Amino acid sequence: MEIRVQDAPFDLGLEATRFAERQTGMGAVVTFTGIVRDLGEGDLHAMEIEHYPGMTEKALEEIAREAANRWSLGDILIIHRHGVLRAQDMIMMVATASKHRVDAFQAAEFLMDFLKSRAPFWKKEISAEKADWVAARDEDEDALKRW
Amino acid sequence: MDVLYFAWVRERIGHPKDRIDTNPATVMDLVEELRGREDRYAAAFADLSALRVAIDQELSDFDASLDGAREVAFFPPMTGG
Repeated sequence: MEIRVQDAPFDLGLEATRFAERQTGMGAVVTFTGIVRDLGEGDLHAMEIEHYPGMTEKALEEIAREAANRWSLGDILIIHRHGVLRAQDMIMMVATASKHRVDAFQAAEFLMDFLKSRAPFWKKEISAEKADWVAARDEDEDALKRW
Repeated sequence: MDVLYFAWVRERIGHPKDRIDTNPATVMDLVEELRGREDRYAAAFADLSALRVAIDQELSDFDASLDGAREVAFFPPMTGG
């Protein structure tokens, strides 16, 4: 299990390849990547991500441990950035490895659902005119109930 | 005890951290104490349904005891991912 909370960008291809290559006996690797959406209209757009150092790492570890308990997984990787990001930048990624694909797919979805509303990150969208904290959505909270 | 603020709670209060020398029994007692400080605190804590609280870096509740707590944090619902 590897969890990284970092300011620096990451290379999705490299991370995914390294993750896949270090597995033994795993037939499936699933990755998910979150990207800063361009709000369009040529806005000068940035996304600032604040987090709670210390709690963030603990919360991510707890979420990953829970996923490892529920599914048969060979490995989990979570990378989440903080600081100022631009449109098209990669915010975060998760990767899961399992013998068969169902575990890897479901665990990746579980990780994402919990990471969205149980890991202490807060996003602020900055355009040329304004800066707004992104509000949590009811759907994100509801998504936890299916697990 | 350290009290930390994140996201718009931090912005509304104007700084990221306070040190509290009193010994509030519960999170709610701490909230009342902070509300009484200044208007900006009262504004930040006006609607508790818009806030979440963590005690020693674990999510908790407003009626939770602060017995032995070293760090309390207030923040809006999280928006990771």
